[in-house]
Amino acid sequence: MWMTATPEPAVELKGIVKRFPGVVANRDVCLKVQRGHVHAVVGENGAGKSTLMKILYGMQRPDEGEIRINGAPVTFRSPSDAIAAGIGMVHQHFMLADNFTVLENVILGSEPRQAGTVIDFSAARKRIREISDAYGLGVNPDSLVESLGVGDRQRVEILKVLYRGAKILILDEPTAVLVPQEVEELFASLRGLVREGHTVLFISHKLDEVLSVADEITVIRRGTTVETVNPGQTTARRLAELMVGSELPVPELRESTVTDVVALAVEGLTVRTPEGRPIVDDVSFEIRKGEVLGIAGVEGNGQAELVEAIMGIRPAAGTIRLSDTDITGWTTRRRRVSGVGHIPEDRHRHGLLLEAPLWENRILGHQTEKPNAKGPWIDRSGARKDTARIVDEYDVRTPGIDVHASALSGGNQQKLIVGREMSGDPVVLIASHPTRGVDVGAQAAIWDHLRAARARGLAVLLISADLDELIGMSDTLKVICGGRIVRAVDPHNVTPEELGSAMTGAGGEA
Amino acid sequence: MISRFNVRSAALTLVAPVLAIVLAVGITTVVLLVSGDEPLETFGYMVDYGFQPRTMVLTLNLATTYYFSALAVAIGFRMNLFNIGVDGQYRLAALIAAAVGGAVTLPAPLHVTLTVLVAVLVGACWAGLAGLLKATRGVSEVISTIMLNVIATGLGAWLLHTDRLAVAVSGSNNIGTKPIGPSGQVPGLHLIAGTEVKVYGFVVVAALAGIGFHFMLNSTRFGFDLRATGRSESAAVASGVNVKKMIVGTMVLSGAVAGLVGMPQLLGASYSYSLDFPTGLGFTGIAIALLGRNNPLGIAFGALLWSFLTNSASILDVHQISKEIVIIMQGVIVLSVVVAYELVRRYRKSAEQRRVGQELAATAEPVKG
Ligand SMILES: Nc1ncnc2c1ncn2[C@@H]1O[C@H](COP(=O)(O)OP(=O)(O)OP(=O)(O)O)[C@@H](O)[C@H]1O
Ligand SMILES: [Mg+2]
Repeated sequence: MWMTATPEPAVELKGIVKRFPGVVANRDVCLKVQRGHVHAVVGENGAGKSTLMKILYGMQRPDEGEIRINGAPVTFRSPSDAIAAGIGMVHQHFMLADNFTVLENVILGSEPRQAGTVIDFSAARKRIREISDAYGLGVNPDSLVESLGVGDRQRVEILKVLYRGAKILILDEPTAVLVPQEVEELFASLRGLVREGHTVLFISHKLDEVLSVADEITVIRRGTTVETVNPGQTTARRLAELMVGSELPVPELRESTVTDVVALAVEGLTVRTPEGRPIVDDVSFEIRKGEVLGIAGVEGNGQAELVEAIMGIRPAAGTIRLSDTDITGWTTRRRRVSGVGHIPEDRHRHGLLLEAPLWENRILGHQTEKPNAKGPWIDRSGARKDTARIVDEYDVRTPGIDVHASALSGGNQQKLIVGREMSGDPVVLIASHPTRGVDVGAQAAIWDHLRAARARGLAVLLISADLDELIGMSDTLKVICGGRIVRAVDPHNVTPEELGSAMTGAGGEA
Repeated sequence: MISRFNVRSAALTLVAPVLAIVLAVGITTVVLLVSGDEPLETFGYMVDYGFQPRTMVLTLNLATTYYFSALAVAIGFRMNLFNIGVDGQYRLAALIAAAVGGAVTLPAPLHVTLTVLVAVLVGACWAGLAGLLKATRGVSEVISTIMLNVIATGLGAWLLHTDRLAVAVSGSNNIGTKPIGPSGQVPGLHLIAGTEVKVYGFVVVAALAGIGFHFMLNSTRFGFDLRATGRSESAAVASGVNVKKMIVGTMVLSGAVAGLVGMPQLLGASYSYSLDFPTGLGFTGIAIALLGRNNPLGIAFGALLWSFLTNSASILDVHQISKEIVIIMQGVIVLSVVVAYELVRRYRKSAEQRRVGQELAATAEPVKG
């Protein structure tokens, strides 16, 4: 594979080794990326993909190995060295300041100066327009980031990187938060970039996408590169086998377990912004025991606020009933104690204490429940034992339960949260993107756990950007748009494409 | 393997403060040289004097007071609350407690309990005000506690007047609260031989408070919520913590401990709150909490060190060396300890990675456990 005689790869990594306490994140990694290629990196959770990209971007220093950019060996001490060498990175979690405009966000840190003092806004605005037009990014420099959807935000991130002169772009799981239409738009932009001579490196767990957009695919397994393949000569199934040695999972619910008993009923739920604009607008639904209700929608259409209202984190008008009890006025804790589990969409902000050990993270959200607490006391040994169980049952790859959550790879953090929220037999589970960022193997395991719990009578509210997951795992499916439930869709008779257009309000009857 | 880990990491934890002290001694040496004093001689005087039995008792006594103050600050710190108001809280608490204690006569244990209870309550209420302001109005606790300090000073001056809580102290033009009778006094302890001066009985209470602090943080649900909120407020809210209640609760607790700051002195030595009651202990507490990393054991060492420096400096006057040298030293210790902790943290991380790397070098699989 390495023998093909192409001149000077844009990026060449040789023998990269990176160790963390208890794990070797990268071991003897070799990777060649040709200039003008879209090069995908795939691998299971904790395989070392993010670590490798952070090394290339100067955020982490390799313990051993060599990096060559356009043939010349380099040593990066910080991201600014990497930026100077023409490398840019878009992280999975966007790093834009909400209440600034696109223009301000883009120039933050590299402000163009007029005569060395005043910020030259008009020059910056002009360049942003140029870049945006050149690659079809469709970014308006003067809109407020707050008002943008995820797809737009991502393009702003890309633009920001290009603005700094990057010729090599690294995108870490750029599609995890996007719905199919947005993914298509992103890929169109990437193709535009590549035509202009840029090089793109990207990480994804969605193998179909990888096959459709990449020129070359490198598989990482347990920290080391196992193979680089050509998408024309492989299949998603073969990739999955290379990654984890298992087959591609299919989200599907076998027989219906839906009962007549209503577990969660929401009526006329309305959440308003401080200005009084409704973000969740008169939403009503019921979820019965053993039922999975899927909510489809482009991100930013009120899903996050709906979840927060149900969890009691955000004030809302309307009524929420758990079984027969009106819980509208209850605190978050009381709701949780009564059996409402919550997998939050932003695991770093809402799901974890990053600088605390795993076993303390097991307690989070279940501070008052067995096996974490005995009366007003924390039951340390009970919590530790149960953490070990979760690590085992959910295959969380970690050197131990005393490491900090920040040391786990994104997907393994997710597995820990899912395991925690499924513990203690919840009555209702509010699951926002339960498999976001987890590899195909772990996805199958999480779906299995969900199915089993559903068979035992769990009611699930499922929110996901992964339409296959939504269609396959939902008994009932509703579409949310602009904060309102706009229609119901039959999950047994809908294709992802139809659902996708229903979500944007474009398509006809699904 | 785990235990070896811990011994190692405990040793590393000690490196930072030691490094800071070495640096402080170094800088002080330079200052002494510049001002024309002999550094070795100066430190020699201090150590000599500092380890005399009488000075050791004084050191222990002052450290007891510092300990409560730093503990009060640390409680807030663990939740990212900056209680700058410990100073006002303890002064007001001591004044009112002294007045109440002086006004009654009760059987011994009850009398002491009442006085201490009043102090704790006053401290808790005064700090609780700042907590309430933050929880209901979003007022930064930094600002409100600074304001409350000023108000406490004014209120204290007004209350400590012969028309109100104070009486003239016989044989001076000082005024103070009516002295607390024998039944309300806490007897001292003969802990150190070779001196008649006794250690405050309150040293026992301080030790208990330290243990209680550790226990509260690590073994109670309240402590868990407190630490969780300190680490990530958004995650704590999602987990069901009522952050507003926690803010008020933590400030109240911090203020309650702050209320104890004046007690060793009041119940063990002066028995009355007068114009010359020590001030500024709340600010010392902030420095010591930083020095001790908000850890009860660390704070104990920090308080002892701080107190040792303050007390042993008394001898410098005798030798015509400026006492302020110790203040420079204390300042440098606090600044450099912050830097030193960061250096040790980085060293520890890379050392651990190297060690793990060596252990794993032979194995081909990423190792668990
Ligand atoms: N800062 C860190 N400290 C300690 N260990 C770390 C750190 N960052 C990553 N690791 C470990 O290195 C390994 C590789 O992690 P990395 O984040 O690169 O995985 P990944 O391939 O990106 O996985 P995912 O698909 O789940 O995001 C994991 O075992 C992880 O626990
Ligand atoms: Mg990753």
